Amino acid sequence: MEHNTFHHALKIREDLCIGCSHCMNVCPTEAIRVKHGKSVLYDDRCVDCGECFRVCPVSAIIIDQDDFSRIFDFKYRVALLPSVFTGQFPEDVSLRQIHSVLLELGFTHVFEVENGVEILADAIKAYAARHTDKKPLISSFCPAIVRLIQVKFPSLVDNIMPLKPPLDISAIHIRKSLKQQGAADEETGIFYVTPCAAKIAAIKDPVGDPDSPITGVINMDILFSKVFRQVKQRNQQSCALPVSAPLSGKEICWSLTNGESAWVEGRSLAIDEIHNVIEFLEKLENEEITDIDFLELRACDESCAGGVLTISNRFLTAERLRNHIDNYRTDDDNPHPDSITPISESRDHLLKKVEIRSKISPRSIMKLDENMAEAMRKMEKVNRIMQLLPMVDCGICGAPTCQALAQDIALGNASINYCIFIQKILEQKGELSLDETVAIMQEIWGFGKTNKYRDLKGI
Amino acid sequence: MHFEFQIEGGNFSKAGAASSQLKKILKQLNVDVRVIKRVVVALYEAEVNIVAHAWEGIIYIDIDTEKIEMKLVDKGPGIADIELAMQQGYSTASQEVREMGFGAGMGLPNIKNNSDLLKITSEVGTGTTVAMTVYLNS
Repeated sequence: MEHNTFHHALKIREDLCIGCSHCMNVCPTEAIRVKHGKSVLYDDRCVDCGECFRVCPVSAIIIDQDDFSRIFDFKYRVALLPSVFTGQFPEDVSLRQIHSVLLELGFTHVFEVENGVEILADAIKAYAARHTDKKPLISSFCPAIVRLIQVKFPSLVDNIMPLKPPLDISAIHIRKSLKQQGAADEETGIFYVTPCAAKIAAIKDPVGDPDSPITGVINMDILFSKVFRQVKQRNQQSCALPVSAPLSGKEICWSLTNGESAWVEGRSLAIDEIHNVIEFLEKLENEEITDIDFLELRACDESCAGGVLTISNRFLTAERLRNHIDNYRTDDDNPHPDSITPISESRDHLLKKVEIRSKISPRSIMKLDENMAEAMRKMEKVNRIMQLLPMVDCGICGAPTCQALAQDIALGNASINYCIFIQKILEQKGELSLDETVAIMQEIWGFGKTNKYRDLKGI
Repeated sequence: MHFEFQIEGGNFSKAGAASSQLKKILKQLNVDVRVIKRVVVALYEAEVNIVAHAWEGIIYIDIDTEKIEMKLVDKGPGIADIELAMQQGYSTASQEVREMGFGAGMGLPNIKNNSDLLKITSEVGTGTTVAMTVYLNS
């Protein structure tokens, strides 16, 4: 089913936004404008990559999450942890300490996301064997990338492998395992600890699948602080509760750069950071790049270790997970008798469930109009406007580039008077008064910024 | 709508610029993705041909609601035997060009497969003109 907008985890808090336009300038899909002194998000263009969140100087961009106390609505409360959560902690904090604090905080079970990796890797191999005609296959692991392809590279949508991430695979298994132990579905709450906004958006509005087995989402930065504080206060003494069965290093590194491509056969390439991905996809779309079997694409630099909700330095997190994962374990770590059964028991069931059944459809943001003749008229208008604009991409008009302003004008969302260069010329010709140009500036940037400079004495 | 692009012979760092531009235009015009793919592949191959073989060239593009017409006019060595050049795997590309991953002899056959009309005229020592059309409802 095609709908025009996505559910977004990123929200702009108008009360906090100071209209500084930092977010507008870094958005890779030009989804942000400034109006009345506040950033405004174009829902159809945003892919939830979180670049805006990183640069906001006043934390006015927030990421939707479930209230922590929501876990207590459920009898069985599962914390579903990705390995990058472990990687946030210094190596002298053991996995057992982390897990036991989580249980003290109120969870009844802790399960690691990467338990689902091996099953997914097998599913990828099987899918690749069935689709030898499609090259390259693109991983669907990073939800921001899936959305980026939907809006910006619609012709590559069919190359995306419609397979669920380890997160969903693990969650399906948890539900099944707890059910076997007597838990009703509605009594089970599975809470994913997310390193990014895109994962939240994907859980609340899964691409191509109607519902998600995950109950809610907890942001990694908040949970890290809760856990680390407890660990610190307890003066490094680990508590007695044991953890689940250990994962292999290869499984643990799945969400890092090259983590997926290490599992697949054939010629594969791993690209992280959204601008790098865009540059590569441009070339791929032109068929300038051929003979690649598999593409692992991630929106964040250093993949999930660089997620916008992580706290630890991304290079350190990646290094810890790659080289020191054993340090997090202690010799007497054993699976807890009450813990969730090993995922291998659900293998056959999960392999049947791993494929996303409905189609991932394109949602192009590029088109100027549905109707081609009308789109051509609008494009001609854009081209005429572009002849008049200064091409400095200063952003004073409230749009990130001259091209973006020209399109906004052609689509009826802005006026050519928004351009400061045009204003000056019109003023000189006597076609706009000084008061009128100040009013335009105020319309874009609000009153605060223009009122600041009324009195220049004393500088 | 009419567009023109200049092509510089021998400069592979800019090869593909015109096809990228055209791709962006066609996306904005809401042209079917399958049609865009054919157009871009055909134009890219033709563009690389000029960069690989000719001295300079101009691409003329005309778009209406039924078709996309592309004409590439180059000043260059020309093609002595067009029929031979159309064969898969045939190439006169230099070793240098081949080392850059081009010159596999797939260019013209690929253009033919991705366009609805193709006309190549050439004069040895003067240059080549490639005219191709892709229909939107083909």
